[in-house]
Amino acid sequence: MITVSVNGALRQLPVRTSVAALVEELGFAGKRIALERNGEIVPRSMFDTLLLSDGDKLELVVAVGGG
Amino acid sequence: MNEKLVIAGKDYSSRLLVGTGKYKDFTETRAAVEASGAEIITIAIRRTNIGQNPNEPSLLEVLPPSEYTLLPNTAGCYTAEDAVRTLRLARELLDGHTLVKLEVLGDPQSLYPNVVETLAAAKTLIAEGFQVMVYTSDDPIIAKQLEDIGCVAVMPLASLIGSGMGILNPWNLQLLMERVQVPVIVDAGVGTASDAAIAMELGCDGVLMNTAIAAAQQPVLMAGAMKKAVEAGREAFLAGRMPKKLYSASPSSPTAGIIASTRS
Repeated sequence: MITVSVNGALRQLPVRTSVAALVEELGFAGKRIALERNGEIVPRSMFDTLLLSDGDKLELVVAVGGG
Repeated sequence: MNEKLVIAGKDYSSRLLVGTGKYKDFTETRAAVEASGAEIITIAIRRTNIGQNPNEPSLLEVLPPSEYTLLPNTAGCYTAEDAVRTLRLARELLDGHTLVKLEVLGDPQSLYPNVVETLAAAKTLIAEGFQVMVYTSDDPIIAKQLEDIGCVAVMPLASLIGSGMGILNPWNLQLLMERVQVPVIVDAGVGTASDAAIAMELGCDGVLMNTAIAAAQQPVLMAGAMKKAVEAGREAFLAGRMPKKLYSASPSSPTAGIIASTRS
């Protein structure tokens, strides 16, 4: 297993989990989200191929109301 | 009036820009945005709530990018780095959209802009191809610097964010407008319709507001009032107001041909 941080919360995942698999597990597959991994944007086109590593810090964001 | 607001080469008919925060629900948000007539609306970028129902309607379904020019902001960012990261996420979220509202705040009590961090963030963002509309203080020198580095609009506060205190320093806004060629949009401080009209009468190119509408007792009604105020203020500015004449009244009716007094 590996441990990654998703929006500040730690999460255990199987080794070789793709970004797409995590996004699906979180319920955001097909939703309009954006993802940052260790400070770098992960384009949606890379979700399927990019595998997560132990210690990755992920930020998953959406648009909300704001001024 | 068929003169347009032009930002980064694109024409807009409405000079009122509105935020989408602080409404009681998306139905009210949508109704207020529609009543305002705004074409550019600000949004915030926030972490998804992991564990919350991901099937709840999203803001972008209620206010789709196909209908509105979305202006992602960096509200809540206190460093250039966080602001830049937030807008990179926004660009990814909105399929390469580059028009953004940059704000880098100084402290959580005043929400006053940190212009040093703002300038640094603006430079980075512009180098990365963003079109930056920038929230700043009403300092004319900083505003000019922001224009010089390539910001597409300068957006000075009129008073503190969410304060509703109105246009507290019209002289600074005028000094600023005399120095800046890109659109100047008052962002923050408007409390009611007359504040918006005053900003436009001063010659501002537009007004951006959120709380003044969302925190009104009837937000949708206030949104309509703001639309009219911005239009009225713009037309008054273009019409050119009469000069103020201290201590010299001037009758509107003819002074000749008045009937004779019966008291001799």
